[in-house]
Amino acid sequence: MATYEFIDHKFDVVVVGAGGSGLRAALGCAQAGLKTACITKVFPTRSHTVAAQGGISASLGNMGEDDWRWHMYDTVKGSDWLGDQDAIEYLCRNAPAAVYELEHWGVPFSRTEDGKIYQRAFGGMTKNYGEAPIQRTCAAADRTGHAMLHTMYGQSLAHQTEFFIEYFALDLIMDEGVCRGVTAWKLDDGTLHRFQAQQVILATGGYGRAYFSATSAHTCTGDGGGMALRAGLPLQDMEFVQFHPTGIYGSGCLITEGARGEGGYLTNSEGERFMERYAPTVKDLAPRDMVSRAMTMEIREGRGVGPKKDHIFLHLDHLDPKILAERLPGISESAKIFAGVDVTKEPIPVLPTVHYNMGGVPTNFYSEVVTKAGRDPDKVVPGLMAVGEAACVSVHGANRLGSNSLIDLVVFGRSAALRCADTIKAGATQVELKPHMTDGHLARLDRFRNASGGTSTAELRLEMQMAMQEDAAVYRTSEALASGVQRMNAVSAKRPDLKVTDRSMIWNSDLMETLELDNLIGQAVVTVTGAHNRTESRGAHAHENFPDRDDKKWMKHTLAWFDDPTGKVKIDFRPVHDYTMTNDIAPFPPKARVY
Amino acid sequence: MVQLRLPKNSVPKGGKHFPAPPGATKVKTFKVYRYDPDSGMNPSWDTYDVDLSKCGPMVLDVLIHIKNDIDPTLTFRRSCREGICGSCAMNIAGRNTLACIHGHEECPGDKISISPLPHMPVVKDLVPDLTLFYAQYASVEPWLKTETPEPQKEWRQSPEDREKLDGLYECILCACCSTSCPSYWWNQEKYLGPAALLHAYRWIIDSRDEATGARLDDVEDPFKLYRCHTIMNCAQVCPKGLNPAKAIAEIKKMLVDRVV
Repeated sequence: MATYEFIDHKFDVVVVGAGGSGLRAALGCAQAGLKTACITKVFPTRSHTVAAQGGISASLGNMGEDDWRWHMYDTVKGSDWLGDQDAIEYLCRNAPAAVYELEHWGVPFSRTEDGKIYQRAFGGMTKNYGEAPIQRTCAAADRTGHAMLHTMYGQSLAHQTEFFIEYFALDLIMDEGVCRGVTAWKLDDGTLHRFQAQQVILATGGYGRAYFSATSAHTCTGDGGGMALRAGLPLQDMEFVQFHPTGIYGSGCLITEGARGEGGYLTNSEGERFMERYAPTVKDLAPRDMVSRAMTMEIREGRGVGPKKDHIFLHLDHLDPKILAERLPGISESAKIFAGVDVTKEPIPVLPTVHYNMGGVPTNFYSEVVTKAGRDPDKVVPGLMAVGEAACVSVHGANRLGSNSLIDLVVFGRSAALRCADTIKAGATQVELKPHMTDGHLARLDRFRNASGGTSTAELRLEMQMAMQEDAAVYRTSEALASGVQRMNAVSAKRPDLKVTDRSMIWNSDLMETLELDNLIGQAVVTVTGAHNRTESRGAHAHENFPDRDDKKWMKHTLAWFDDPTGKVKIDFRPVHDYTMTNDIAPFPPKARVY
Repeated sequence: MVQLRLPKNSVPKGGKHFPAPPGATKVKTFKVYRYDPDSGMNPSWDTYDVDLSKCGPMVLDVLIHIKNDIDPTLTFRRSCREGICGSCAMNIAGRNTLACIHGHEECPGDKISISPLPHMPVVKDLVPDLTLFYAQYASVEPWLKTETPEPQKEWRQSPEDREKLDGLYECILCACCSTSCPSYWWNQEKYLGPAALLHAYRWIIDSRDEATGARLDDVEDPFKLYRCHTIMNCAQVCPKGLNPAKAIAEIKKMLVDRVV
């Protein structure tokens, strides 16, 4: 093996990732006087938060009466009772303050006539515990994520956060179950870095690119999840993968749910507004899992549109062009570019497309990473936190509601920073790092850098993506999932046969894509294995052989460990927190989930 | 920055040719700038004969096809592939744009050249060093500044005042505009360039911001602002259809207004 040297850095906190949750966490830590680093593989404003469109949920009540308890009920119900109710209470109570904070930082929210933040309707958001749709989603036209991310990056320039941009995180530095830091590869000069910290915060986003067609960016490879698995930690509820109902047919680019929030609707080949049959009360504003299933059923039953009858139409052509220009300018442009459609005249061809991972690194509502140790299902992993899509706190349970992810980013990014401020002493002495803690990181890097097998990274990635796309889809069967497990195990076993062509260290994107693929594979394996194991249907996990929710047996979180060398998966469970955080509200007991 | 001749080690020399696979039906040639800092070699132009029936409609699809199936060493930035993250800005057929929303059918001729954003140091292949560009953005202090104690809820802003931010806040910092500006090529160490100035104006014009005077003072400088000679390349190339030149003109107008 070639010799590699580390350049050392010491911080109080190191945040990995500079999307919405990473920036919010880093900002809060810096504000608290902690020496904070934020390392990111892309320039902060290129993180995938930038692509969030429709908005950020909070019960501001700008468009009529609202209550955080209603928001909480909707989120619990949306999660199909797999969400932890203490964390959901934390989210919904803190949501309005988090949105006001963003506004005070300068986010250019759209406005109501009286100058307040404009809010639109979104799927599953209702008033008075499910009575009727409500306008709860705060929007900056249909570029809310972009507006937030740029504002938060600007705000962090005003503070003392130190950015390490285009550094690719390799692995967590673990020491007897305690996280001591993270190693990273600096792309523009090829050097390796060892970041030591009292607390590492993973804010690395989701792993949508495990699938062939996803709204996710090419960079959504869940690197934090991959690092956690290699550190011997479990991931939680990975079988719950959200399909967004309206990805553009072909390219998979996102069309916001806000399009339906502003009055858009779906039709099948008969021109029927079929959602009225599936969700009579909220119709096209049903939660994403239900709309995606309804669309899939329509297509299966021969009522898809297009020459192959394999997609669905989204209509905006009945809306006032002025409203479209003001509230949905971004998706009007995307529809033109990627589908050649003028939304004022024609419907957009759409298809359910992989969009979001409800699963991730398990945490409590302080954002501390937890694992199961013996009989303790909530054992905190010292030195490690996770936030945003990388984490599973779990506020989204089995199905996330639209606009609940942006609020998740800032509320739990903030919670992580508050917890750091409470538990960390700035500049406290840290233990000395030993070479054996990072030898494995270097060996892995060197192995892939010199990989000279017979399978290219692109080939193996495609094989994984097709397996996931075909066998862990909107609807799942025992047969498909068994095939998926077998196919993913085969992909995992082919890792030693990978071939990397570029051997350089400066901006070696061939090597970076290979490291990302390795991160994806572990997560894809636990996703499909967890799905095969869960013999019920809940939220985004629709199992045709077990079409009902089974609270007695399955109201519990899946924990999955991945043994990297052998590719073997171990599964265990944690109880769902069916209790609230405070006595201000009683937990919502499970009931049938109809809309 | 401007040098009348390229330094010797920057002059492109030679280059490899990758012919189309047998049986290719719809072939187009892409001439791509290559530079590998680890090799110690000069840059080169590699040519790839690509079978377009094997890839999607955008130039980014072509680049990904080359990387996946022809030459895995080709390096470029990319992320969202829908024109919102700004990663894949590059010069395609002589024009700065985003590879992900630029169709290869739109490019004239049989041979399409692809090179990094012009007049920036090249890190590798199509990856430019944007450090200076980012520092200029940071220098306009792109955050809301207020003196008045913050309200419990949101700052009120009328829809009319909010509308003033349209055409500004949508900037994705791709750097297409600044790196297409001859004035920026010539004086980039002193001239802020269209992108940074567009952001400066975005905060100047925000009705909530209370540092307008200081912001104007900061850009009132013969180089930072007044190197804009309304060449308008910025507005021509902006892949989001924004008009940085207009924002710059508005700043100049405000500076005049406050004198008279």
